[in-house]
Amino acid sequence: MAKSKSAYSVPGKIGKIERHIIVVWVDNEAGVLARIAGLFSGRGYNIESLAVAEVDKKKHISRITIVTEGTPQVIEQINLQLKKLVPVHKVADFKRGEKDILFRELAMFKVLGNSKKIEKVKKICKKFNPVILDKTNKSVVIQVTALRAEIDKLALDLKSLGLISTSRTGAVAMTKGSRIFN
Amino acid sequence: MPKLLSGAEIVFKALEDQKVEYIFGYPGGAVLPIYDELKNHKSIKHILARHEQGAGHSAEGYARSSGKPGVLLVTSGPGATNAVTALTDAYMDSIPLVCISGQVPTHLIGTDAFQECDTTGITRPCTKHNWLVKDVNDLSRILHLAFEVATTGRPGPVLVDIPKDIQFKKGKYKFFKNTLKKKLNGKATHKISNSELDKFIDLIKKSSKPIFYTGGGVINSGPEASKYLRELVSLTGFPITSTLQGLGAYPGDDPQFLGMLGMHGTYEANNAMHDCDLMINIGARFDDRITGKVDEFSPGSKKIHVDIDPSSIGKNIKVDLAIVSDVTTLLKSLIKRFKEKNKNFVNSNKQKTSKWWEQIGKWREKRSLNFINSDKIIKPQHAVQRLYELTKNQDTFITTEVGQHQMWAAQHYKFNKPNRWMTSGGLGTMGYGLPAAIGVQIANPGKLVVDIAGEASVLMTMQEMSTAVQYRLPIKIFILNNEYMGMVRQWQELLHEKNYSESYTAALPDFVKLAESYGCIGIRAKTPNELDEKINEMISVDKPVIFDCVVDKAENCFPMIPSGKPHNQMILGPEEEEEISDEGKVLV
Repeated sequence: MAKSKSAYSVPGKIGKIERHIIVVWVDNEAGVLARIAGLFSGRGYNIESLAVAEVDKKKHISRITIVTEGTPQVIEQINLQLKKLVPVHKVADFKRGEKDILFRELAMFKVLGNSKKIEKVKKICKKFNPVILDKTNKSVVIQVTALRAEIDKLALDLKSLGLISTSRTGAVAMTKGSRIFN
Repeated sequence: MPKLLSGAEIVFKALEDQKVEYIFGYPGGAVLPIYDELKNHKSIKHILARHEQGAGHSAEGYARSSGKPGVLLVTSGPGATNAVTALTDAYMDSIPLVCISGQVPTHLIGTDAFQECDTTGITRPCTKHNWLVKDVNDLSRILHLAFEVATTGRPGPVLVDIPKDIQFKKGKYKFFKNTLKKKLNGKATHKISNSELDKFIDLIKKSSKPIFYTGGGVINSGPEASKYLRELVSLTGFPITSTLQGLGAYPGDDPQFLGMLGMHGTYEANNAMHDCDLMINIGARFDDRITGKVDEFSPGSKKIHVDIDPSSIGKNIKVDLAIVSDVTTLLKSLIKRFKEKNKNFVNSNKQKTSKWWEQIGKWREKRSLNFINSDKIIKPQHAVQRLYELTKNQDTFITTEVGQHQMWAAQHYKFNKPNRWMTSGGLGTMGYGLPAAIGVQIANPGKLVVDIAGEASVLMTMQEMSTAVQYRLPIKIFILNNEYMGMVRQWQELLHEKNYSESYTAALPDFVKLAESYGCIGIRAKTPNELDEKINEMISVDKPVIFDCVVDKAENCFPMIPSGKPHNQMILGPEEEEEISDEGKVLV
């Protein structure tokens, strides 16, 4: 390959891509989510899923859980850049697959079908804490909590049973045992 | 019960408590209550720009040359959007700015009202932080926090957006100090451990091919940092190179100084960076104009990186020892510890680095900044050299625009003190130098302030000459006029088969007449033999001057690292230009 004479550098070697779950505690103020999302888009980082809600009503602290992918260098940058934001209090970072961390996503499925089909739906969802939120003689809305890949598979399996609508959250995370995120 | 003040009064009270002396701005509908209040505050002087971008760059020049934050006051909508370039410029080059913008009244926000824009949305990626003030009782806290965020840690711009009704509303004022307890945004509270210092010293002692690579962080840390840097360099006897932003932290005419490094840096600096066994980065950020090809960047060296911003460490280049610290703090404790155990280091270590200095001497013999001078036509490098020779005996402040002239200024003007060199490095903003010179002159009355400019750049903010004349600021606009966007033309010559697409400026103004129409002095130099006389004339005039220095149109800026190449493959001059590859064209 001919050597480039460009004034910009050519891309270097790319490291191995890892999936991480990043938990951010922020002041629940106007624009804070835009700041976080803007940091990711502006620097070319990727958000796979995002979950955010206020967890401390008194201090107005929100907890944001972001699932992202990147090389170890990029993940480190994400952590450091997040920590620089003024409304960010602390940042915790977990590699997907770490043993002492719990992850869950919640999904709602709407399935159309007769009672026989609906029974099948319940059976398939059995392992994932199913809750029937609404039921008519032609339809059911069922809620499950599970890991992302499990929900992906469920959605696929339910397709043939009359799944017409899926709504799901981003992942939330918590440590096992008595330890908390520092 | 404390007296209630209007929002506009609170703004000035906070500025007074922050000891602000100058604000740069431009009035408009949404900011009128604040302008109305200006007359009641004699300690604060307002400098009226001719465009909000000009006000922003003036505030940058003021901040960079004085070490104090620059304050900017603009109206809503176009006032704020015009300031965006200056804010982004300050963000890239770590300049503390506090921008106060007017906003439409709160009840009109979101209605597409006249001169409304989402100012905090637009400026979010180009400020360290910004605030939309929705309650007048938050205003004093936010303003003081704004100053703190702008000036602590890695400095940068912040913006406070104040709706017009908030400016009228009455509220409480309180002076908040050090409200921000966060480590990363406040002054680094990280205490440097002795083990870190010992590792540092150990690497210094083991090295036989060391180099200091210093940047704008040394300048931002204050004049003390430059003092300590000089002490450390002299204690170790090591060579030192500097980035564009770091020039002046170490004397440019010192024998240990190898000149600027990077794309248009000297042959000796870049080769030393490539071949060294220890690189000591103090307050620089491994920018792409410095590193060239990252994979082949200084392959055999241990690297130490000192930076106040943890996210700058490991971003582009992996290092062996990272220290998050303010430069002054680090250098002070490092020197103290170093001296305790290594009393006679320079002499005992001379042997070890003698081969390295020999090698550096060989690189120096290439004289990479040389150019072929002429007695018929003014060479731009010659013009900068003459300007340096004729101004070096007084305390001179130099600003620049962006392009070839900027690189020639960096290569041929030698700085001996920090805060004397103001240039747009990160963002590369054409039009920066003239308004910046205004801010520099405001902060340094009686000093010589020269904007080394290109004719294309300077036309982008030429309207600010009117500001210079209004406030009797005797800034000197030294235009290296080659009628081309010189750097664009150079790249087109080297990378695009001399297809000079749109880089020639036809119908340029007559700069001498333009100067006269602004009510300042116009001077033109066309030949080398009249240059000195004309420069001396420029210096002696106590009025703003536009100096039209007619230079060689075809001159290119060398040396140059073609990117995608490592540091040891520089082009030294026109005779070394190579065939152009297709990949190169795509990437430019």
